[in-house]
Amino acid sequence: MTPEDANGHQRSPLVRISGLTKRYGNTTVVDRLKLDVGQGEFVSLLGPSGCGKTTTLQMIGGFVRPDGGKIELAGRDLTSVAASKRGLGIVFQSYALFPHMTAAENVAYGLEVRNVSRSERAEQVKAALDLVGLAPYGDRYPRAMSGGQQQRVALARALVIKPRVLLLDEPLSNLDASLREEMQVELRRIQQTTGTTTILVTHDQTEAMALSDRIVLMRSGQIEQIGAPEHVYDHPDTRFVANFLGKTNLFQGDVGQSKMRLGNLSWATPDATPDGPVTIAVRPEKIALADDGLPAKVSARTFQGGQWLLDLDTPHGPVLMQRQNVGARPPTVGERVCLTWSRDDMHLIREEAAR
Amino acid sequence: MKALLRRLDPVPVLLSLPAGLLLGLFLLIPLAATAILSLQAFSLYTGIQSVFNLDNYVEIFSDGYFGEIFLRTARTAALTTVLTILIGAPEAVILMRMKAPWRGIFLLVALGPLLISVVSRTLGWALLFGSTGIINDVLIGLGLIAAPLQFMYTETGVVIALAHVLLPFMIISVMTTLQRLNPLVESASYSLGASGFTTFRRVILPQVLPGIFAGSIIVFAMAASAFATPQIIGGRRLKVVATLVYDEYLFSLNWPLGAALALLLFVIVIIVAVGFNQLAERRFRRLYG
Amino acid sequence: MSSSNGFWSLAFHTLFVIFVMAPIVVVCFMAFTPEGYLSMPTNGVSLRWFEALLNNKEFVGSFRISLALGAASATVAALISIPAAMAIVRYDFPGRTAFLTLCMSPLMVPSIVLGVAFLRFFSQIGMSGTLVGLTISHVILIVPYVLRTIMNSLGSLDSALDHAAASLGSSAWRTFRRVTLPLTLPGILSGWVLAFITSFDEVTMTIFISGPGTTTLPVRLMLYIEDSIDPLVAAVSTVLIVMALVVMLILDRLFGLDRMLIGRSPSDPDR
Ligand SMILES: Nc1ncnc2c1ncn2[C@@H]1O[C@H](COP(=O)(O)OP(=O)(O)OP(=O)(O)O)[C@@H](O)[C@H]1O
Ligand SMILES: [Mg+2]
Repeated sequence: MTPEDANGHQRSPLVRISGLTKRYGNTTVVDRLKLDVGQGEFVSLLGPSGCGKTTTLQMIGGFVRPDGGKIELAGRDLTSVAASKRGLGIVFQSYALFPHMTAAENVAYGLEVRNVSRSERAEQVKAALDLVGLAPYGDRYPRAMSGGQQQRVALARALVIKPRVLLLDEPLSNLDASLREEMQVELRRIQQTTGTTTILVTHDQTEAMALSDRIVLMRSGQIEQIGAPEHVYDHPDTRFVANFLGKTNLFQGDVGQSKMRLGNLSWATPDATPDGPVTIAVRPEKIALADDGLPAKVSARTFQGGQWLLDLDTPHGPVLMQRQNVGARPPTVGERVCLTWSRDDMHLIREEAAR
Repeated sequence: MKALLRRLDPVPVLLSLPAGLLLGLFLLIPLAATAILSLQAFSLYTGIQSVFNLDNYVEIFSDGYFGEIFLRTARTAALTTVLTILIGAPEAVILMRMKAPWRGIFLLVALGPLLISVVSRTLGWALLFGSTGIINDVLIGLGLIAAPLQFMYTETGVVIALAHVLLPFMIISVMTTLQRLNPLVESASYSLGASGFTTFRRVILPQVLPGIFAGSIIVFAMAASAFATPQIIGGRRLKVVATLVYDEYLFSLNWPLGAALALLLFVIVIIVAVGFNQLAERRFRRLYG
Repeated sequence: MSSSNGFWSLAFHTLFVIFVMAPIVVVCFMAFTPEGYLSMPTNGVSLRWFEALLNNKEFVGSFRISLALGAASATVAALISIPAAMAIVRYDFPGRTAFLTLCMSPLMVPSIVLGVAFLRFFSQIGMSGTLVGLTISHVILIVPYVLRTIMNSLGSLDSALDHAAASLGSSAWRTFRRVTLPLTLPGILSGWVLAFITSFDEVTMTIFISGPGTTTLPVRLMLYIEDSIDPLVAAVSTVLIVMALVVMLILDRLFGLDRMLIGRSPSDPDR
């Protein structure tokens, strides 16, 4: 998927990664990765621990030397450019603030390197601290700041040099839950204010979905699927993606004679669908209770405030469903019910075709 | 080769050059020269001669005088090691159990002496040991002995003073091992109903053992090659290898023989240390897997 | 070890403290004797032996030499150990392990062997008894201590700090000067102080290679003791003990003596 401008013409992406590969010994940690990032885009690399997200980011940043492939920035090959010459802004998971410098000195460092005059430096530092909402804290040392504040200083330090691309490695993983949500909003606001092209690494799917224009799902060094969050959520290409992004129910069905069958339930399929076994994915929130449909028995019930979670046993395996906490009380444990969902909420996964 | 050179990052090479050159030039070459010197012959009238043979080593191995000194050196080193274990290992456990601020204070007491000159520390023992020394006064005063004991110029004196000098190394070694272990294991043992003695024997001792082994290697090596302490407490009368080397160099002026003695000491110490180390590794590999 | 010490442990500990402190305390006490011979200062204290020490040109001269030698060799050792530590901690290069072994090997060679080796070597190249020769030999002896302290200190730095500086456009040299060096300074200073006191106290190797004009304080003391033991040597030793005390407090402040000698202690994690 290449970004298109208003007229539908393809313009060349700001960051173009192709065939990027990294091996440690015999294991290939990043495998022929291909990704284009457009100007001003917010892209997240999402995947389970050890799938190679950090390694990818480190190769873009210039701290890990790739074993193959190319990284281009605005048409220029970065692969053999030193990290200090790439002009990227990076926020590290540990923040990596210089402990012997105040917040303002931390932010000023990149400007100092660029020989920005003293007065202009002070101005830009102030503006950057303002942007992240830390104006009064310039004279504090990092150890006298909270995790969230340190996080903002790191962000200001990376942004003040007006980087072409901002790289973020799990920037919020060290914060507690409520602070993390607050910082997600902040991050999105700041990114939209500055319009900086951003690549975020995370293993938190809600974070990726909340922040990104596009999500890159990675699995053992390879890209599993790329797309807008809502698209990837509704149309996972593989079981892995369906399971990794939110919760999902997977059924083993099959397709034949333009019909899709699950036990004795059946639905019409578009003509193009080839015959054969198929995995059917249905999200828990798309399932409803009905008088007729898939017979099920409630095995557990969890109250979550805004909604109920129901675990059900069916002839096609366990099923999870969500029910908004409005109106009628949900069925109790042991009760027999019937489940239904609309044709459009079913998503077919053909593993072989996708890979 | 060319490809290798091209891929070689010059920065770390340049960074390690000063230290590498200095040590290569002023450590490896002198040691090699000493090894060569030990093969040369010496006569009082013509000095060091340029004949090369193993005569010096043959002399050391065949002359009972040297054998006796090597044996004494090994004996004092071994006894010193045992003494540092008996004192240092329990003390390390005790220090480990202390709470702030006592632990910090007594750690300084236990390890601080390392920063004091060996000569001063040994001098202290010489003063305590002397014929009118305080130790004898105290022992007689307590009625434990009737006549003064002789500590100066005896192996007992040398061992006590050496143990004092080397004790910090045993404590450091044992404490380093203890530090790596889970502090809760001991409480777990008590919580399972084990007695103090059982806990010590079954839980603490096996944990301390690797540290004792490592410490013993260091202490033995340093005791076997110690010079200042045996020189002050043992004097001319009670020679060990190191003081013998000193005499050969500065009084007999027989440098080749002195070099052979020093190198032999070095080699024996290395062999003992490596041997013990292998033994320890085989014994403790499972514990540290 | 979370359980506390019982009665027998504390009794043992008391005996231990007496054993460790006795020889040191005795030396200090006897230095204050008013008598002309070694004795406990039971009839009042006197500074006469310290006065005698100040008037003793040989001891004072040796004290100066030891100070200069300690400072010079600690400085040279630090200057060559900083880049060496950078190479070992920050880079992977062929021969890295061999280089580290070489730098640490002086710890493995008994001082007496180093002494005879340097004596022969320096006399062959015409440097015997010179301050330069002494300095070189002391640098070699103390490099392991300085290197290890600096490596510890470098190793405990987050490598992301370097990356952060680089990403901001900082050259390797500027990163070293503005980030790495300031943050390792306590380690470097501790290494320097430890090296200084090690050099200052060294006697076994130095006794072989110091010449008439370059006799260090411990060597002078050693040679004096071989002849006679009187309150003057107790006074010299007291000075050395006080110096050790000062160094100990500096090191404890800078780095934590326990951390330096034993490694990070779990009970005070923020040290
Ligand atoms: N220097 C290295 N040497 C050897 N293997 C490495 C090295 N760095 C990373 N790896 C391996 O590469 C794989 C990918 O690591 P990476 O740090 O990129 O994962 P990640 O996706 O960022 O995971 P996490 O979410 O846990 O941070 C892991 O299996 C890791 O063990
Ligand atoms: Mg990671």
